[in-house]
Amino acid sequence: MTDITLQAEKGTSLWEDAWRRLKKNRLALFGLGLLTSFVLVALLTPWIAPYAYDAQNLDLGATPPSSAHWLGTDIFGRDLLTQIMYGGRISLAVGFVATAVALLIGVTWGAIAGYVGGRVDAVMMRIVDILYALPFMIFIVLLMVVFGRNLLLLFLAIGAVEWLTMARIMRGQVQTLRKQEFVEAAISLGLGPATIIRRHLVPNALGPIIVYTTLTIPSVMLLEAFLSFLGLGVQPPETSWGLLISYGAETMEEYPWLLLFPGMALTLTLFALNFLGDGLRDALDVRRSAD
Amino acid sequence: MSLLSVSDLRVDFNTRNGHTIAVNNIGFSVEKGQITAIIGESGSGKSVACYSLLGLLPQPPASIESGQALFEGQDLLQMSEAELRAIRGRDIAMIFQDPMTCLNPFMTIGDQLIEPLVYHKNLSKKDALARAKELLVEVGIRDPETTINNYPHEFSGGMRQRVMIAMALINEPKLLIADEPTTALDVTIQAQILKLIAELQTKRDIGVIFISHDLAVVADIADQIIVMEKGHLVERGNRETIFRDAQHPYTQKLLAAIPSNTKATSTKPPEPLVQVANLKTYFETPSQTVKAVDDVSFQINKGEILGLVGESGSGKSTIGRSILRLLSITDGTVTFAGTDVTALDKSGLKNMRRRMQMIFQDPYASLNPRMSVYDTLAEPLILHGLESRKTVEQAVLKLMDDVGLARAFIRKYPHEFSGGQRQRIAIGRALATKPDFIVADEPVSALDVTIQAQILDLMLDLGQQYGLTMLFVSHDLAVVRHIADRIIVLYHGKIVEEGSSEALFKNPQQSYTKTLLQSIPGQSLLAS
Repeated sequence: MTDITLQAEKGTSLWEDAWRRLKKNRLALFGLGLLTSFVLVALLTPWIAPYAYDAQNLDLGATPPSSAHWLGTDIFGRDLLTQIMYGGRISLAVGFVATAVALLIGVTWGAIAGYVGGRVDAVMMRIVDILYALPFMIFIVLLMVVFGRNLLLLFLAIGAVEWLTMARIMRGQVQTLRKQEFVEAAISLGLGPATIIRRHLVPNALGPIIVYTTLTIPSVMLLEAFLSFLGLGVQPPETSWGLLISYGAETMEEYPWLLLFPGMALTLTLFALNFLGDGLRDALDVRRSAD
Repeated sequence: MSLLSVSDLRVDFNTRNGHTIAVNNIGFSVEKGQITAIIGESGSGKSVACYSLLGLLPQPPASIESGQALFEGQDLLQMSEAELRAIRGRDIAMIFQDPMTCLNPFMTIGDQLIEPLVYHKNLSKKDALARAKELLVEVGIRDPETTINNYPHEFSGGMRQRVMIAMALINEPKLLIADEPTTALDVTIQAQILKLIAELQTKRDIGVIFISHDLAVVADIADQIIVMEKGHLVERGNRETIFRDAQHPYTQKLLAAIPSNTKATSTKPPEPLVQVANLKTYFETPSQTVKAVDDVSFQINKGEILGLVGESGSGKSTIGRSILRLLSITDGTVTFAGTDVTALDKSGLKNMRRRMQMIFQDPYASLNPRMSVYDTLAEPLILHGLESRKTVEQAVLKLMDDVGLARAFIRKYPHEFSGGQRQRIAIGRALATKPDFIVADEPVSALDVTIQAQILDLMLDLGQQYGLTMLFVSHDLAVVRHIADRIIVLYHGKIVEEGSSEALFKNPQQSYTKTLLQSIPGQSLLAS
């Protein structure tokens, strides 16, 4: 209860301050703008895509970019722009959802282990170690066999693997932070562990977490491509950027645009994420602000 | 001719936040065989002035605008980096405030000591080691045969500073610059190090520049004193003139800031608020049990300020934390207003914590860097339901008024404040819940002397206004004497002596207390 009132009453909160600072960072704003437009396109794809995603034209075959097909077509004569737009829906969804799952579990798990310490920490981190040691592929194959193949499961499976590193980073951060006097001060004020973690520890550990998150999103997208390539993820005619890239790579000598354009879509997303991540880290670090 | 003669030195800083003149046309000279003390608060430019001579300031942001610094007739400021490097560590050596950060933790003392010998003088390793051992003896380190192979963490703070001094002296410099060399040390160790520096200076007939914020520290050893304020040299003179006949108001302010008076004993009948009985707090390490607090009993009366004095490792901070249950105790009871604090459950403890608060030593670590003044002060008020969301802002502003912070600072973050201001925020946070009892753990030891005096006065005022009882933990007897009604002296986790401030200072019973009292710097000059 008390915390809700605190949040409401803050006036300028950490996040509002951060937003004000972020607005001054052009590169970060550019990244944010690019990401937003990608997400918007992904959401609106069914209505704005120039062709149907499964429309083939075998007579056409693979053609370079033209006025009818802006980014060319693949060997089945499917429009590449349409493919990239539909692929973006899956790739972005996997990237954001799986990372969000990883972030939520990892940060909570790591913060609790790091703050409580002692035996609880030992048990929690051994669990992380065991999961690390588990062969990832077997884990996913098992999941698919038991529950059947579906997209949601893919999100969860990837998220369930990616949170491990997040938890370790968070635990390390919290272990250094909890020895600081401001945490002791918070305890002596009578704050409970949950509030201390949420209000005093997590905000101070955000820097490395944000940087790691911006690195996780693209790696999750590639992981999805890998799984799809093995037949464990998305299947044609559905597609994703990862799949488009791996098909493109096979034929890049004859039809380079099939690799170039999906590759560009992923690279641009990655750049945008990095710019935004750097900007966010700086914006959240109150010490960097000159005002 | 002077050993070092500086004239017309001006150093500017150009940063994103603007242009500042850190050192504004100062001139001074250092004679061979004399100690010159440069005194001033943080930001007065005293360190910048010295660092600029040795080319130790990063340029930019710093730029040396004008000046001349003749060291044995050569102008340091005109030298190339290569020429300066040859002089640094050979003819001019430095000692810093924190010996731990200046020593490489992965190298033995011996290896670090001989490095400059091998580098500057091309001595063989064997000869260099022999020389290093002689020096360790000279700076008062016993048994150099074995200690020379030790790593920095195996030494205490005082011993590390001795090693630093040995390292500075190894190339037989003609000028030694000591930048706050005793600020991080206990008062008894400080007295030893000061004595050592003075002895070495006489014996080797070298010039010393001693930089400090504390006039009392240099009172016993300085031949010449230079006082700096905001980049200007405001007063200079020999020791007696400065202490007896200071002209500039700033020097007078510095002198007045040295805590010296004893607080008058109150006449109210004692009524115990906190009772500590047979308190034991032990720390288990794999190899041994450290008895940080070993069977200590005392009481703190309502409205009283009890001083808890001792060196590092005496258990004084542990007692404070044990009372507040920030540490789990091994045995004993702590009673607060009739309630046994050690037996409280979760909700009882939360309630109790409203009434017992703590002020921490380091105002740079005790405030959450990502919470503004408003967030920091509002948190306890709302947590304990003392204010509603509508009234909390008013309450925060009232607190800021009480601790002397301008209301305009309400949305600022800790890094935007000076040490003294930060400590005011921390005091405000401790007072927010209107507690009855406060543990102040070395609240002024990280602050400059003038700021110390302000914070101590503030605490005294607020103590009156809020009707506070206080446990004031400190290693600095002069400070405790100024603020406390009664004093307890601790040594190795046990109470050595207890008594009213006046009695303890006039007539100490135990030899340890006497040693502590004698270690307070500058007594001879200040007493008269």
